[in-house]
Amino acid sequence: MNMQGWAEIALTIGLAVGLGWPLGIYMSRIWQGQSTWLDPVLRPVEGAFYRLAGVDRNQGQGWLAYTFSFLAFSAVAFLFLYAILRLQGHLPLNPGGFAGMSPDLAFNTAISFVTNTDWQFYSGESAASNMTQMAGLTVQNFASAAAGIAVAAALARAFAANRGSTIGNFWTDITRIALYILAPLSIVIALALCALGVPQTLLGHVDAHTLEGAKQSIALGPIASQEAIKQLGTNGGGFFNANSAHPFENPGAFSNLIEEVIMNMLGFACVVAFGRVVGLRKEARALVIVMAVMVSGAAAAIYAAETQPTPALVAAHVQTTPNMEGKEVRFGAPSTAVFAAMTTGASDGAVNGMHESFTPLGGGMAMFMIQLAEMLPGGVGSGLYGMIVMAIVAVFVAGLMVGRTPEYLGKKIEAREIQLSMLAFLILTTSILGFASVAVILPTALKTVSTTGPHGLSEALYAYTSATGNNGSAFAGLSVSPYWNVTMGIAMWLGRFGYAVPVLAIAGGLVTKPKLEPTAGTLPTHGALFVGLLIGVILILGGLQYFPAQALGPIVEHFQMLAATSAH
Amino acid sequence: MASAVTAAGPQGPMLRRAGLDAFRKLDPRKLARNPVILATEVVAVLATVSLIDAVRHHTPALFALQIAIWLWATVLFANFAESVAEGRGKAAADSLRAARVTTKAKLIVDPSTGLTVPTPAHELLPGALVLVEAGDVIPADGEIIEGIASVNESAITGESAPVIRESGGDRSAVTGGTTVVSDWLKIRVTSGPGTSFLDRMIAMVEGANRRKTPNEIALAVLLAGLTLVFMIAVATLLGLGKYSGVSLDPMVLGALFICLIPTTIGGLLSAVGIAGMDRLLKVNVLATSGRAVEAAGDCDTLLLDKTGTITFGNRMATEVIAAPGVPGDRALRAAVMASLADETAEGRSILELARETHGLVETTPKNATSIPFSATTRLSGLDAANGSWRKGAVEAVYRLAGLTAQEVPSEVLAAVERISRSGGTPLACTENGKLMGVIHLKDVVKPGVKERFADLRRMGLRTVMITGDNPITAATIASEAGVDDFLAEATPEDKLKLIREEQQKGRLVAMCGDGSNDAPALAQADVGVAMQTGTQAAREAGNMVDLDSDPTKLIEIVEVGKQMLITRGALTTFSIANDVAKYFAIIPAMFVVALPSLAAINVMRLGSPHSAILSAVIFNALIIVALIPLALRGVRYQAIGAARLLSRNLLIYGLGGVVAPFIGIKLIDILLNAVHLA
Repeated sequence: MNMQGWAEIALTIGLAVGLGWPLGIYMSRIWQGQSTWLDPVLRPVEGAFYRLAGVDRNQGQGWLAYTFSFLAFSAVAFLFLYAILRLQGHLPLNPGGFAGMSPDLAFNTAISFVTNTDWQFYSGESAASNMTQMAGLTVQNFASAAAGIAVAAALARAFAANRGSTIGNFWTDITRIALYILAPLSIVIALALCALGVPQTLLGHVDAHTLEGAKQSIALGPIASQEAIKQLGTNGGGFFNANSAHPFENPGAFSNLIEEVIMNMLGFACVVAFGRVVGLRKEARALVIVMAVMVSGAAAAIYAAETQPTPALVAAHVQTTPNMEGKEVRFGAPSTAVFAAMTTGASDGAVNGMHESFTPLGGGMAMFMIQLAEMLPGGVGSGLYGMIVMAIVAVFVAGLMVGRTPEYLGKKIEAREIQLSMLAFLILTTSILGFASVAVILPTALKTVSTTGPHGLSEALYAYTSATGNNGSAFAGLSVSPYWNVTMGIAMWLGRFGYAVPVLAIAGGLVTKPKLEPTAGTLPTHGALFVGLLIGVILILGGLQYFPAQALGPIVEHFQMLAATSAH
Repeated sequence: MASAVTAAGPQGPMLRRAGLDAFRKLDPRKLARNPVILATEVVAVLATVSLIDAVRHHTPALFALQIAIWLWATVLFANFAESVAEGRGKAAADSLRAARVTTKAKLIVDPSTGLTVPTPAHELLPGALVLVEAGDVIPADGEIIEGIASVNESAITGESAPVIRESGGDRSAVTGGTTVVSDWLKIRVTSGPGTSFLDRMIAMVEGANRRKTPNEIALAVLLAGLTLVFMIAVATLLGLGKYSGVSLDPMVLGALFICLIPTTIGGLLSAVGIAGMDRLLKVNVLATSGRAVEAAGDCDTLLLDKTGTITFGNRMATEVIAAPGVPGDRALRAAVMASLADETAEGRSILELARETHGLVETTPKNATSIPFSATTRLSGLDAANGSWRKGAVEAVYRLAGLTAQEVPSEVLAAVERISRSGGTPLACTENGKLMGVIHLKDVVKPGVKERFADLRRMGLRTVMITGDNPITAATIASEAGVDDFLAEATPEDKLKLIREEQQKGRLVAMCGDGSNDAPALAQADVGVAMQTGTQAAREAGNMVDLDSDPTKLIEIVEVGKQMLITRGALTTFSIANDVAKYFAIIPAMFVVALPSLAAINVMRLGSPHSAILSAVIFNALIIVALIPLALRGVRYQAIGAARLLSRNLLIYGLGGVVAPFIGIKLIDILLNAVHLA
């Protein structure tokens, strides 16, 4: 650990917050249907979309209609993507001549990209055609990100309303979010990445002749365009299997910084936009602080863990330097640590190192960040609504202590909100722990887990954690099998819709409530006290239930490593 | 004053009864409304079954025995908490039942002749006419249609001084179970059998129809949700543990589950609610439902009647201004002499003023004639051998003194003008027909009211004064009392409109009232406190009845409501915060045999795996008992504003909740190991 490392971590997270701020102000205008400086160019395009789809942009939807639109949109996206994945062998733009995916792999992959997870049980360079990457995966990278942000926008409007009835229009939301936010930013970032050396081509691969005379086939493709939205929309599905550790996805320090910053930037921006729409900026600032503090804490913890050499190797006099296993020498420990914290805090899932090769505590920390329900700052949109659910629970528990029915952002928190929040909570916990606990005792599942002992447990636990949290990063160690494809597909589905639908139902309840003016008797939700309370609730209610499982995985592995009794 | 309903304290017999009730409540059907404790009971049963199994197979069972005992203790302690809370209500209900009428009522069968037939009270139907004479117990709730009588209502209110009840007006309601002390009444019965005020009171204090309040429901959902989350966390350990080669004793898994679920708040939740209603009962307020108590804590706006709540009911003299050419003490003496025979509060306040400011005390001269106030003269006074004194409305006094409007000295006119403008009432007084001075009668704001309102403001409550006065008078008193707003020249319709407007803004409104014309507003308000002395209509419209008929109670009611919510929140926070230590006690103990390196997370250095688990379970059970007094008494409420209240309570119950079990479990562990119980 050194000052340079700490400074790098601080700079990266600082930039994400700093850029998220003005973007959030801009985003709030998009959520509210206000004019922007891009209107002269984009307004006609937007209108054309509505005419084409027969959408009345002024038609508000109740929460049920909004939810139905969201689910229908996702279902159609799933079917469309599933079809491409199965049929890619018969479709154009397939220079590598890849065959269609098997039904279970296509199922897993389609759900994965529709739910903004981007778990990949395939290697992009050897299983996905350019058609699949561009028309299938990249499209979903935009669509799923826009859908997530739309749900957050709906929730914001519900908080802002005073005895309202509608929470916005899903179709105008995704159109405006994709058109005014995701597309322009992606174009700029893709061009920047191109300039930094990320390839963008429709060629399949080039052949290289190595010095030894061997022929090496180097995969290429439309990488920069996918890379931008991969990070910006917290998707995380790499063009290559090695993801952002691959030099074509992430050529150097500067591209690495960009990829780190943009994967948290929109998450923070959503919170800022939320504060503007609801009209409570200080309250939103408190949420930004909670997110920034916790993701920084995780980065610091991983950095601290990863700069420790392995004790057994030190004892054997073979290692004195930090644990460099699983890290790109180009990035080193601090950059890998902050990337890991940001990708797991943000439900992104891209990696520039191998989480499995981290020290047990480093890897455990990455896993814990996902288990905290992906809200630090979380996926685009989903991070915000995850945090709001947490805040609702925190306000309810502690808010009674000021002697009133708790209120959050001017809305009374009552049985309905608690019921739905607990439902969302329960779905996450059940999916993560339930699937993992079954998998580790089921021979069918266990036979494709590469490692035994605590590390094997971590692999399985991480997989379902990542799937349920819609993160998509992998602890590796798993080989593809129908069992894992299907169960993880279900976990991803639960993690996305089992959370978003209760959130929309919460929005539906909140929108009809009167908007209360804060009084001296109202629980303050903007100060340091609330920040501390929220962090405490996130850790105790959101994280503590994973402690037993973590104890059997990373924690025991850590102590075994210290005792040099590791099975490795 | 101790009322019948609050006489019972938590004495030995009550605790014994609560102890027995705790066992009766083990019936799972009764526990069904409390999922956390029901879950605890299920685990206790399973632990007992596994204990019996162990004994049959002659395996060591001391650990299993202790776990089973403490799990049952947890359930019993929770039941006991509820029973103790209910105990006071039950005792109060018993004394109320004694007031039920068992004698026969005199049913009037022929109104023209007044012929009565003895009829059992419980057979009286609404609409029946009954005659009640001195010494009779009023058989049912009703409206007086004829007669005037003094009635002893101590059975209901605890106040032994009889009150006057008469037909017509706002004092025409009588309550079944009260006793006519003198004279007689003809009453039209208004309540059917079993639905009388007394019956409702009994049901209320007993909590027979206790339904969960909205916040209680939300909290129960949270607790049930957490129970399910922890059930998943513990159940999945079966698979994860098996993979890791950890053999998990079902007893230990059960213990972990019980320690993690929020048994503390689950066990105390209903006690907190009952105790809240009980605290109201202590100040002689009956709430028809816990919902009303909770709403009181939530109130944003208090509508307070000016008279009796903010000001003393009567206007009081605050100064006497002498007319030009009259010495000040002469004017004062004239005012006193004119008031000697005046028994009204206003008259007495003039004597009071003279005594306090000038030490002036006069006695009624011999053979003096008192001249009572009449609506035609609008004057009152005293005629004696050495003089004649009058006081009264200013115009009436001018007329008496033979002054036309132009002849009145300008100083007097100015004084009258000033008094009127400040919201006071000017009176003038004469001596032997000569204008002596002007008396300033003023509504006097009760001492301490202003501070009380400032407290309320700090807690975010708005106070609105309701008065029939004109806006000028109202504004003066409003600013003097420090209320946030006022409604002058208020009609019952205005009141209702104001409540609706406030509610439209999402605010909860509390008010109190006694007259029939208050009924619609009482019904519309979220918290409507009816005065026991009020009309039947008012008492039925409100959701609380103040047996003391003291309108300032509203403020206390709000505080009790807040205290109840605070107590619930504090115990929930404490309960959840406890989990951190329990994890650190149990998780290492569970795994350490199979995975010895996990001994490192046994941060409390607990003696052995068994003692660690047992200590956590014992702590979990004992903390319920330890917190019963807090649940019953309530967390101290201070009007220091939400932010400071939160930081204070978070520190005590949040941080304290994290730290306390670390200490408690460690101490229990030391003790267990010292006496070799584990």
